[in-house]
Amino acid sequence: MTDTLTSTPARDPLAAALGAFALHPADNPPWLESLREAARQQMGETGFPDTHQEDWRFTNVAPLLELPLHSAKQNGRLVTLRDIEPFRLAKDGHCLVFVDGAFRHDLSSLPGAPGLEAASLRALMAGGGRELDKHLARHAAVAGNFFAALNTAFFVDGAFVFVADGVTVEQPVQLLYVAASDRPGATVHARNLIVAQKGAALKVMETYASLTPAPHVTNAVTELVLAAGARVEHGRLQNENERAFHFATVQAAQERDSHWVSHSIVTGARLARNQIQTRLDGEGAEAILNGLYLGRGEQLIDHHTVVDHVQPHCESHEFYHGILANRSRGVFNGKIFVRPDAQKTNAKQTNRNLLLSDEAVIDTKPQLEIFADDVKCTHGATIGQLNEEAMFYLRSRGIGAAHARRMLIHAFASDVVGRITIPALREQLDRLLTERFECAAM
Amino acid sequence: MLEIHNLSAGVDGKEILKGLTLSVKAGEVHAIMGPNGSGKSTLAGVLAGRADYEITGGTVTYNGADLLPMKPEDRARAGVFLAFQYPVEIPGVNSTVFLKAAFNECRKARGLPELDGFDFLALVKKKTKLLELDPALLNRPVNEGFSGGEKKRNEIFQMAVLEPKLAILDETDSGLDIDALKVVAAGVNKLRRPDNATLVITHYQRLLNYIVPDFVHVLVKGQIVKSGGKELALELESRGYEWLLESDPGNGKP
Repeated sequence: MTDTLTSTPARDPLAAALGAFALHPADNPPWLESLREAARQQMGETGFPDTHQEDWRFTNVAPLLELPLHSAKQNGRLVTLRDIEPFRLAKDGHCLVFVDGAFRHDLSSLPGAPGLEAASLRALMAGGGRELDKHLARHAAVAGNFFAALNTAFFVDGAFVFVADGVTVEQPVQLLYVAASDRPGATVHARNLIVAQKGAALKVMETYASLTPAPHVTNAVTELVLAAGARVEHGRLQNENERAFHFATVQAAQERDSHWVSHSIVTGARLARNQIQTRLDGEGAEAILNGLYLGRGEQLIDHHTVVDHVQPHCESHEFYHGILANRSRGVFNGKIFVRPDAQKTNAKQTNRNLLLSDEAVIDTKPQLEIFADDVKCTHGATIGQLNEEAMFYLRSRGIGAAHARRMLIHAFASDVVGRITIPALREQLDRLLTERFECAAM
Repeated sequence: MLEIHNLSAGVDGKEILKGLTLSVKAGEVHAIMGPNGSGKSTLAGVLAGRADYEITGGTVTYNGADLLPMKPEDRARAGVFLAFQYPVEIPGVNSTVFLKAAFNECRKARGLPELDGFDFLALVKKKTKLLELDPALLNRPVNEGFSGGEKKRNEIFQMAVLEPKLAILDETDSGLDIDALKVVAAGVNKLRRPDNATLVITHYQRLLNYIVPDFVHVLVKGQIVKSGGKELALELESRGYEWLLESDPGNGKP
């Protein structure tokens, strides 16, 4: 897969990739052009990440440049409804389907609900609606985040989900991204904007999956805007093939009394870097950051979270659990900022890790920067193996070793799964956990 | 049913059991008594298949089969049950789900059909009454947040559900008040049948007022130094263990 590079040794691989991402003029509405230009400049200033940068110490992304990166186009198999069915949360629910980054109306289902707008971003961008101008690329900072900048500079499509004042949307809205291209290095810069107006309530679920064994690249950015009193449960299930590269930036902007629940569930990709961030910018806002990562083989799964307490009387609760097998590696870095005005902040962070082999590695680091004096902040990280005594207890009752092991792994994950209120997602996850650990060797 | 012959076992190179011999027949209740550190819990652990122990000599035959190479789950399926001295809390594993899985594994091993959820719950309800166990506890994770007494009662409740052939009660009386002790003992007595046997391991005679043993063995420094009838327990209660500490080991036969 490095043929393209070795045959053109004189070219800088990154520059080559950026050339290959060049946009069609229609993807560049004038109001967006200045944002894209700023992002391109920022990429130059930030530079491609290397392990000398503090934020990338444990995550080497250099192998990404060994792929012949190019904008994904549908060039492989024809994707049908039957192909995507296993990834669908519900047969008849709201689901926007993107294949190799392009919105597929024929595969999507949009039954519609009063006060809900869910559509392809590309179609709306040309017009540039009010909310789009106001919010798109206004929340996810490109400074210091190379991949967010890369996305802003080159994204073509994605989802726009909007819920009007006071409206509660009962059915979850799913955004399903499927990679199907059989060409190595096919890259999708997925871009999502989710806006919940005052007092609105929404559940939205992003799913990333592969229908191809080729090493593809996803670079996704999701911005969420929660107006006063809005409640959003936002899940991400990334289950791409284990040769893929996945970069994700999720940025929430929370106003007064808003409530955001984030689930980041990562089981896929050879290298997955997830930047999950919220800004608590109104009194009484609350954020719950829930995470589960399952590594095996040579996978590297990295979460960097940022909870930024800007205003007083806000709460954040963060629970990240990792289960790492074989030679897989996990990285968890949890930043909590408490700004000088953010008195009476209550921030809590835990990261628990289960290592199933001697060669699995986790690098975990809490990072609290507190500039207010009347706050409650706690953090804790644990790393352990399966509890031998519990294993023996289960086996001494007649439960076989493999089954007992599965029960305990399930139990470890159940804390995180239990916080998900989308039943279909919980079921998907239970199945995934069972499949993943069904054949695990003792 | 159980023939232990000249069994030696230890942990980290330190020998704890030093040539223990014991014979248990179906329908019998044997009490193993002894001071702290005599090897009582080691014996229980070795019989249940705890991996911490190294077997350095001797044999254990259970219903004609060599017990020692068997995995813990295979022993359980063959009818060996250990009531733990310190039942472990297992967060995230639901008590009922756990017990149903265990129950059906044991049924399968005995060639019996698995019970479905409805029939299993009916059985569970009956057995909770026997142990006066609050059924609500079974909605919780295994042993999590149970009081000391509830944990011990839960052990005997599991025994009532799984109906073992050989039950080993490891210090089941420790941490129980007298009322709980009576309930647990009554439960054990109701489970006694001509085709099963019970090994009661205890430091104190108290439990043996309620679970009356056929034989009492005194374990000292890894060997059985004296065996007798139930009156031996009373003698130990009044005289303590001191008088036996220097005596020669017996042969484990009453």
